[in-house]
Amino acid sequence: MPSSAAASCAADANVAADEELRLASRRLPDGLWQTDIAVPAIHCGGCIRRVETELGKLDLVRRVRVNLASRRASVLWQDAATPPPLLHALSAIGYEAHLHEESKDTTDPERRRLLRALAVAAFASSNIMLFSVGVWAGADAQTRDLFHALSGGVALPTLLYSGRIFFLSAWAALRHGRTNMDVPISIGIILAFALSFYETLTSGPHAYFDAAISLVLFLLIGRTLDHVMRDKARSAVLGLARIGARGALASGPDGVVLYRPVAEIAPGMTVHLAAGERVPVDGLVLSGRSQLDCALVTGETIPISAVPGTRLSAGTLNLTGPIDMRATAAAKDSFLAEMTRMMEAAEAGRGTYRRIADRASSLYAPLVHAGAALSFLGWILASGDPHHALTVAIAVLIVTCPCALGLAVPMVQVVAAKRLFEAGVMVRDGGALERLAEVDRAVFDKTGTLTEGTMRIDETMSGVGPALAIAAAIAVHSSHPYSRAIAALAMADAPALAAGQVREEPGNGLEAEIDGQVYRLGRASWALPRSAAGQQGTILARDGVAIARFRFEQPLRRGAVAAVSALREMGIAAEIVSGDAPEPVAEVADALALPACADVTPAGKTQRIAALRAAGYKVVMIGDGLNDAPALSAAHASIAPASAAEVGRNAADIVFLHDDLAAVPLALATARRAAVLIRQNFVLAIGYNLVAVPIAVFGYLTPLLAAIAMSSSSLIVVVNALRFDAPSYRGAKQRPAPRGRPAGVGIAR
Amino acid sequence: MSALYLIPTALVIGGIGLWAFMWSLGSGQYEDLDGAAERILFEDDGPG
Repeated sequence: MPSSAAASCAADANVAADEELRLASRRLPDGLWQTDIAVPAIHCGGCIRRVETELGKLDLVRRVRVNLASRRASVLWQDAATPPPLLHALSAIGYEAHLHEESKDTTDPERRRLLRALAVAAFASSNIMLFSVGVWAGADAQTRDLFHALSGGVALPTLLYSGRIFFLSAWAALRHGRTNMDVPISIGIILAFALSFYETLTSGPHAYFDAAISLVLFLLIGRTLDHVMRDKARSAVLGLARIGARGALASGPDGVVLYRPVAEIAPGMTVHLAAGERVPVDGLVLSGRSQLDCALVTGETIPISAVPGTRLSAGTLNLTGPIDMRATAAAKDSFLAEMTRMMEAAEAGRGTYRRIADRASSLYAPLVHAGAALSFLGWILASGDPHHALTVAIAVLIVTCPCALGLAVPMVQVVAAKRLFEAGVMVRDGGALERLAEVDRAVFDKTGTLTEGTMRIDETMSGVGPALAIAAAIAVHSSHPYSRAIAALAMADAPALAAGQVREEPGNGLEAEIDGQVYRLGRASWALPRSAAGQQGTILARDGVAIARFRFEQPLRRGAVAAVSALREMGIAAEIVSGDAPEPVAEVADALALPACADVTPAGKTQRIAALRAAGYKVVMIGDGLNDAPALSAAHASIAPASAAEVGRNAADIVFLHDDLAAVPLALATARRAAVLIRQNFVLAIGYNLVAVPIAVFGYLTPLLAAIAMSSSSLIVVVNALRFDAPSYRGAKQRPAPRGRPAGVGIAR
Repeated sequence: MSALYLIPTALVIGGIGLWAFMWSLGSGQYEDLDGAAERILFEDDGPG
């Protein structure tokens, strides 16, 4: 009996990790799964080799392909009861790795469509430009007409193929009685083409085929960059829903035990939970003892004990032993459903942010159309020549086409995102950078954000020599975070223990028999039944006598102090809002000199954010836990470490891959720098219009002038964006070499 | 009258470039630009 209990404990060791791996993977036909792993430390050919060979050696793994540009490994593996230990294998060779869920949409049809349209436009514009140079160089009338005709022949299919991206979008907007940036663009392009066609037929001197196609080209460049920075449709709610149990064994009023779907579990029913199952609905423990992973509720990684009478929240993971519980709420009234509702509300609320480019374009269309209409009217009144008036009006439309404007924002954001990616910070969309630049208040979660999500043994308290080796050998058999921290000390002379020799007592600790002596590793009151008084921490006892003592601390995350003081210098007031108990929160708050609230529920965090917003602050939320997810969604901008739970990563705008918290001020400073460059770009683009529009209005615009003005304005905006120099912070920009994990300090969650 | 054959030649060469780009895009050659540069240094026959 003890042996089977120990075996089931060992099997539970990674229940939560396996579950998350599956959630982040994509199911393919033939029982294969594809998992994408972000490995930020990959930086050379040698890394590619090591990661591919090392992962390829694992059982079940069918194919590994590393992408150096995106620092990701894509793994195909055969389905089995337990997925291959991918992350563990990587950390064993010194690469920190994180599951990467958003790459699920690897093929982006819209991006391909834009790239193809871009390629066609580039081809056509370069060829038409060749003809145009000939015309500008002073070709005689006959050659000019021939070149115009040839240009038209190349321009027409291009217009249909590449231009349709704007035409379709404009048509869709018009049909719904709205107008967007694509309406003036489409009108401008079509009129420019129509005028040039007329000129060609009547052997006129000015054809704007080159202008029309270069317009399409520049606009498509801007559009493609913009698409790269668009908010990918993502919802953390989905991840939250997947965490919930699908069903559980429950006995109804008639006493029949059945596997029932969650929706059918009514208050009053008794639910039987095996180790490794998630609590389906809120309830009370009736019988059994176990450890619970309450990360969803409190964000804490340390499991809490469940004994009869313990209150359970839906979504909590039962770790070590079977328990029976009485349901106290239906699924729709349970904690998890409440969380889901909060997230949905938060995500809907965030949708109201309008991106800078969208706001600019809503001003733009009426101005351009008014300008073109006024010049038409003006020239009709002044000269009475409708052909000339129309030519001028079309010239105004051509010259005001928002090429530089379309490049102004996305170009800066793409460069900023690239700089941040090089520093190990991933940006979800360009809008996040815009929102981040406005932030003037920061709210931190504690566990896993300001502190590391791992336990560290307080060195001064630990025993020495053989006792430590025995403790490590025993601790290997448990998934409790304390045990795993001790197990990380494992050294060469540790005796290997068969699973049958170790027994786990939920809530108390581990017991092992070695050479006829009984060792207990765990709570002092249990390990030392006779002399527990005054003893604290975790004890290793031999036959009831303490031989080693361990105390655990959660160290501050690297760079936490520097990050907080950097925020202070930037004028951003920070605070801690944690689900943890007051004492540990106060400890961290003192170390960082930040105000703090403890014992805050997920709803309380969201309320805190709402209160700050009501007071006029723009809040950035930095958190990692499931319990932070609604607050991450509700905040003006949000940042999560890559070690965060899947739901947290999904809810956040920005995910930083390295341990160092310097990523937070770096992201904020980069966003602010990007905002400055975007404003400069707007000034440049508007300044260009101030010069070019009068030329067009007074009828001096020629195709040559149009080509020069449009290209140079776009180039100036691009060059200005490339001036981007990422503000640097100590530690954040260095590329950390893959390093082995020092024994004894810190273990992966 | 060199234009008679220069113009079609320019268009055809441009067209070949366009086709080559479309093909490389379709066959996933832009998926990992940095990795491809490193992989040519591997001695074996590349990934299986």
